Amino acid sequence: MENEKTVTLLVNGAPVTVAAGSMVSAAVVTAGAARFRRSVTGESRGPLCGMGICFECRVTINGQAHLRSCQIPCRNGMEVYTDE
Amino acid sequence: MSSESLEYRLQAGFSSAQENSPPEGGTPNSRHTCDVLIVGGGPAGMAAAYCAAQSGQRVSVVDDNPEWGGQIWRGEQAKPTTPEAANWFKQVQGANVNFIRGARIFNQPEAGRLVAETLDGICELGYRKLILATGARERFLPFPGWTLPNVCGAGGLQALVKTGVPISSKKVVVAGSGPLLVAVAAYLRKRGADVRVMAEQAPWARLLQFGLELLSHPGKTFQALSLKRQLSGVPYLAGCWPVAVRGEGQVSSVTLRQGRRTWDVACDYLACGFYLVPNLELPSLLGCELQEEAVWVDEYQETSVPGIFCAGESTGIGGLELSLAEGQIAGYAATGQHAEARKVFPARERQQRFARVLDQTFALRDELKALPEPDTVVCRCEDVTLERLQAYDSWRAAKLQTRCGMGPCQGRICGAATEFLFGWGMESVRPPIFPARVESLARLAEAVPEPINQSQ
Repeated sequence: MENEKTVTLLVNGAPVTVAAGSMVSAAVVTAGAARFRRSVTGESRGPLCGMGICFECRVTINGQAHLRSCQIPCRNGMEVYTDE
Repeated sequence: MSSESLEYRLQAGFSSAQENSPPEGGTPNSRHTCDVLIVGGGPAGMAAAYCAAQSGQRVSVVDDNPEWGGQIWRGEQAKPTTPEAANWFKQVQGANVNFIRGARIFNQPEAGRLVAETLDGICELGYRKLILATGARERFLPFPGWTLPNVCGAGGLQALVKTGVPISSKKVVVAGSGPLLVAVAAYLRKRGADVRVMAEQAPWARLLQFGLELLSHPGKTFQALSLKRQLSGVPYLAGCWPVAVRGEGQVSSVTLRQGRRTWDVACDYLACGFYLVPNLELPSLLGCELQEEAVWVDEYQETSVPGIFCAGESTGIGGLELSLAEGQIAGYAATGQHAEARKVFPARERQQRFARVLDQTFALRDELKALPEPDTVVCRCEDVTLERLQAYDSWRAAKLQTRCGMGPCQGRICGAATEFLFGWGMESVRPPIFPARVESLARLAEAVPEPINQSQ
């Protein structure tokens, strides 16, 4: 598993395959979603800083909400939900 | 605990060699002690770690990221893009340095002890000497449409692409201010992006002065020429900046202004950052004195708090070479190798001159203060608009009344903007300096029995 070149995970229920070492943010974009979350007034938001400080790229991973997708590496079988 | 999080945790560097105490509920916490703790694994932290390790003392580096490299060398651990990066990766990985990754410091319960949150627990870090190399972030300024998805930082988009976001054949406008714009444009183009234009807010006259200063740094001149070659055919517009972004659900075009001319450029991404600001939250929490929005340090990079050193962009924006020089000095000085530290002084002095030119060149023009409309969101966490902020005369008052700066980023994004727009200064920093899980705070309160032995 360590030597595999790709990782497959689920984004909003659909399988997405990305290069090993990719962050969850890359899987979300590859899945075609520009909106990662909704703001407190309902605006669409996506990643801004790319380095874990703006919290705009928050998603739910394996049931854990509010995780910064730009900081968490993709793992096989992860379940990611956006827009929550 | 799921196998996923266990795997992450193991990969996150919590090896059994550390003093783990398996707590109830199955989520292990870890405790770690060392002589010198370095916060930040970017160039300054890497240089500090390598130099400190030469003393034979126990050196650890803690970073929020999963790898060495910080922002500028993000994703380069496996394949560095410059000989300099390759050399430093090799040095630090060959040295006796413990790297604690994926751990984000949120509090200092007492002097000599920091607490970080990991994906599924907390990590206590005991130290005798501390070197802060917390780096910098991009400064973001609000303008109509800047909250639309696919408007990212310049370094922000680069970081996203480095970690797997596909950019090939995407139309990108790079805008804002600073040498980073050019480096980002070149990187994105190399990865197949269709870079339409680079818009730099600084005027030509200043950029020419900057060019002259570059000539006295042959290495930087070479880099600049090489970037220019890589970007042939991409317009570089000085005195030009974005005034609005349009799009349904995501950006589809950006309106640029240069002098009296205003026009639209179609794009899939706007990569926009207005130079850099130091990350001062942790130094401030620890009581380090600030001067001109940066950490004050003495000639050995020691802060106003004895035993706490600071190196790199957090002492003032100065670029890669200055960060490396400061990191080396801090690493040597924190371990008593003062003669070695002094040998790096001339290199640091030379880079400090360059840093002053950088500051002058990329100072923000006042016109940018007029960019946000009354209904433009300034605080993205709490969706606070410009007109709601205009009623207040300090950040404290605005925070109390509007929740500006009170969301998860804790003002890291809107703080630099409100400082530029209104001149509001940073208020006192209180823990937790990053949003921490309730479990982490609770665990910290109950599960920290005996003090860490610092005498070793």
